[in-house]
Amino acid sequence: MNQQISRIALVGLLLLAALIVATTYWQTWAPGSLKAKQDNAIQRVAQFRIDRGKIYASDGRTVLAQNVKRRAGGQTLFFRTYPTHGLASQVVGYSTQGRSRAGLERGQNAYLTAGNANVGTIIQKLTDNLKGATIRGNNLVLNIHVNAQKIAETALRGKCGAAVVLNPKTGQVYVMASSPGYDPNRIESPNGFASILHSPGACPGSSAALLNRATQGLYPPGSIFKTVTAAEALDSGVYNAESRFFDPGYCTEYGKRVSNAGNPEAPEQFGNVNFVQAYQHSINAIFCDIGMKLGAKRLIERAKNFGFYAHPPIELPSNEVSASGEYDFRKHALFDNAGLADPGRLAFGQDKLLVTPLQMALVAAAVANNGTIMAPHLVNKVTGPGGGTVVKVHPQAWKHAMKPESAATLNLMMQAVVTGGTGTSAQIPGVKVAGKTGTAETGENHVYDAWFIFFAPADDPKVAGAVVVEHSLNGFGGKVSAPIAKQLMQALLPRASNQ
Amino acid sequence: MGARALRLGSRNRELVYLSVVGILTGLGFASVYIARQAEVSWGSLTYAVFFFVLYLAAHVVARSTVPDADPYLLPMAALLTAVGVTEIYRLGNADAFRQGLWIVVGVALFALALLGLRRDYRLLEQYKYLFGIGAIALLFLPRVPGLGTTVNGARLWVHVGSFRFQPGEFSKIFLIVFLAAYLREKRESLAQARLKDVGPLLVIWGACMLVLASSNDLGSGLLYFGIFLAMLYVATARMSFVLTGVALFAAGGVVAYEKIPHVHERVTIWLHPWTTHKVFCPSTGGLALRQDCESYQWVKSVYSIANGGFGGTGLGKGTFTTTDGHQLIPYVNSDFIYSALAQELGLIGAAALLLVFMLFVARGMKIALQADDGFSKLLAAGLTFGFALQTFIIVGGVLRIIPLTGITLPFVSYGGSSVVANFLLLAGLLLVSNRANSS
Repeated sequence: MNQQISRIALVGLLLLAALIVATTYWQTWAPGSLKAKQDNAIQRVAQFRIDRGKIYASDGRTVLAQNVKRRAGGQTLFFRTYPTHGLASQVVGYSTQGRSRAGLERGQNAYLTAGNANVGTIIQKLTDNLKGATIRGNNLVLNIHVNAQKIAETALRGKCGAAVVLNPKTGQVYVMASSPGYDPNRIESPNGFASILHSPGACPGSSAALLNRATQGLYPPGSIFKTVTAAEALDSGVYNAESRFFDPGYCTEYGKRVSNAGNPEAPEQFGNVNFVQAYQHSINAIFCDIGMKLGAKRLIERAKNFGFYAHPPIELPSNEVSASGEYDFRKHALFDNAGLADPGRLAFGQDKLLVTPLQMALVAAAVANNGTIMAPHLVNKVTGPGGGTVVKVHPQAWKHAMKPESAATLNLMMQAVVTGGTGTSAQIPGVKVAGKTGTAETGENHVYDAWFIFFAPADDPKVAGAVVVEHSLNGFGGKVSAPIAKQLMQALLPRASNQ
Repeated sequence: MGARALRLGSRNRELVYLSVVGILTGLGFASVYIARQAEVSWGSLTYAVFFFVLYLAAHVVARSTVPDADPYLLPMAALLTAVGVTEIYRLGNADAFRQGLWIVVGVALFALALLGLRRDYRLLEQYKYLFGIGAIALLFLPRVPGLGTTVNGARLWVHVGSFRFQPGEFSKIFLIVFLAAYLREKRESLAQARLKDVGPLLVIWGACMLVLASSNDLGSGLLYFGIFLAMLYVATARMSFVLTGVALFAAGGVVAYEKIPHVHERVTIWLHPWTTHKVFCPSTGGLALRQDCESYQWVKSVYSIANGGFGGTGLGKGTFTTTDGHQLIPYVNSDFIYSALAQELGLIGAAALLLVFMLFVARGMKIALQADDGFSKLLAAGLTFGFALQTFIIVGGVLRIIPLTGITLPFVSYGGSSVVANFLLLAGLLLVSNRANSS
């Protein structure tokens, strides 16, 4: 019988050995793909056992997100609470059980949960692990300026719109406001979430408070896009500041008249003007002609130099940042086939263009920073649980939009808009302000998306930005958005340059 | 002196190994204590002391009854129960206390078996039909109205007052004793495949299978069938029996898959645990992703295993509850104890645990080889193979090597009947080993 016994012994041992092999598979090969599974509750729970890092505003004191400890099922869990009840709500985002995460809470989750690969963090985590202590995440210190952010949110209250202000030389984002906002503390409660989703109609159509209009909101830019057209006109050498034009009040494209702003039957006429004046008074007919001369291909290529058709490299999750450009409305997709674009209308920002406020702030920043766009940063630094700096974010160039000389000319043109053009309501005594208004048609009569892009001080720019207010009745960019921009510049510029 | 002094007797070696197990148990409870200080007191360490004392008592009984028996088996059983209780304790104190009590009962029956059968366990041979009928009777017990209870869709439990047990676990031991005795007696004639001799065998076995299939206990069905084939092979050396048996089983499996919804469901879960679109969910009658419905338990279990990775989270530091304190894996301390251990001990710990199982099987089979009579050989081989196969069926199910069927992991899982039955299995192996070594 012994031979048979040896054989079944072998069978028994092989069966058990197979278990070791299978365990090895599930513990070394499979975990990567299993972690990504939607229903992997362990991964979700495990993250709540980490003492998630705090999120601070630029002053390093104002806490935008912190934790409350709670014990459940024999473990200490850390749940998020947002002491400011929604300051920069879409930027900070939320981290909850039921609705997962959004904003920086999602985009910077690795730092916040000590999952980043910096040596200091790895050592810290290892020691915490060995001590049996709670893993502590890293803190984020943002560039968000509390006071200016509050001013932006107050100014936009009751409206739909967004404001972005950043430092054109470093890319630090001081203000990123999207209205309506929400209180992230209410995300988890069923009634709270419903009320966020159906927040009372600040604007017709979608008032979606969860949407970060500053980075995801897609708007027709209207005349602020003339800045990109002008950059191409100057940079290509086809035009210069002194180029002369005649404005009959309309341009003729595809055999039809495209009129200037105002009553189409009796449009404004400016007659003989130079390029600076054409920009200063935002004359559609002239930009229409320029666009037809340059062609859609060159305009689209120039827009790409400004970062259109790309996701600005900001710390938010990639699906919370939209690319700007020509959109096929039916397919809901970007296209860059110049043959499908209408160069005349494209040149003054109508056609099928859709842009984000962040992208337009970067257009202003490009002019302010001699043609170079710095990568926008919401995060200033990452600090360890003990307070030491883990990562300091350094300024980094992202795009070269145009030659410095073209930027210098555009700088003067944008100043002219504020000193004596469509943007006079942005004037600040003692500060040279540069700007451009935009009033984009929404399809409804007398209802516009009102834009203003700006930077200041024009001779040594410290802030640049964009403000958009949706669905303003008779609201021209110069009247509605420029005053908000003025308030933001005043809040952010050093007192010395104010009065 | 030197060499001679170092050559310890079997029981002295057993004592040394038990001490090592005692220290390991202490370390295990200590690490659970460190990780979970908030809800676990120093008192938890008394578990380790209690265990050591309990096994010391078992050792003393073994010293007087089976002095020459294999010295590894008792310490390995002690280690497996200790690992089990530590993990069960970590998952919920109340169950650990109950499991502790069952281990006491198990050790007591182990001692009784050793004391009662120490002269000659082979007298069991005379009562073979009693064991055979007993095995069937035990299997039928849960079907008796008023006694049986259905748990998890399988009618396997017997309730007497507040006392609940699974007679199937004992039925397995009885069946092995019966098969060992019957096959020893009829092995020559069986090898010629005479219907007269094969008859009773098929009747008893067929009755077992019928009961198991009708009670939805597929894991036990597979286990009994495997034990039957293995012992038949050992007794007759006829490979054709094994092949016929496997072919019959495969045919039966296909029919069962087609006809029995429960079997069909198990196989479907096994083949496609995750779906990307909603499918029919039998428990709610609506539509759901399969991972949220039928394969919920297995999927949650495999996430637990994967979360362990190479080194594990550490005892007491795994994740078994949701953020609001609900259990993530249903029946984690019985059917899925392995996924809990794999998460906390990691690949290193899980592999070590499986190596202990392999070692146990190796020692058991060695005893079967050393035994010098047919009944002893068949008994030891049957018990050991059953032990190996049961481990494979549950862990293999958890690891998706085979379809998952609920069955306990010997010595480790929470469950009184299982622990007690396995202590009887251990007693059987020690008795055979003692006889083989002393003759």
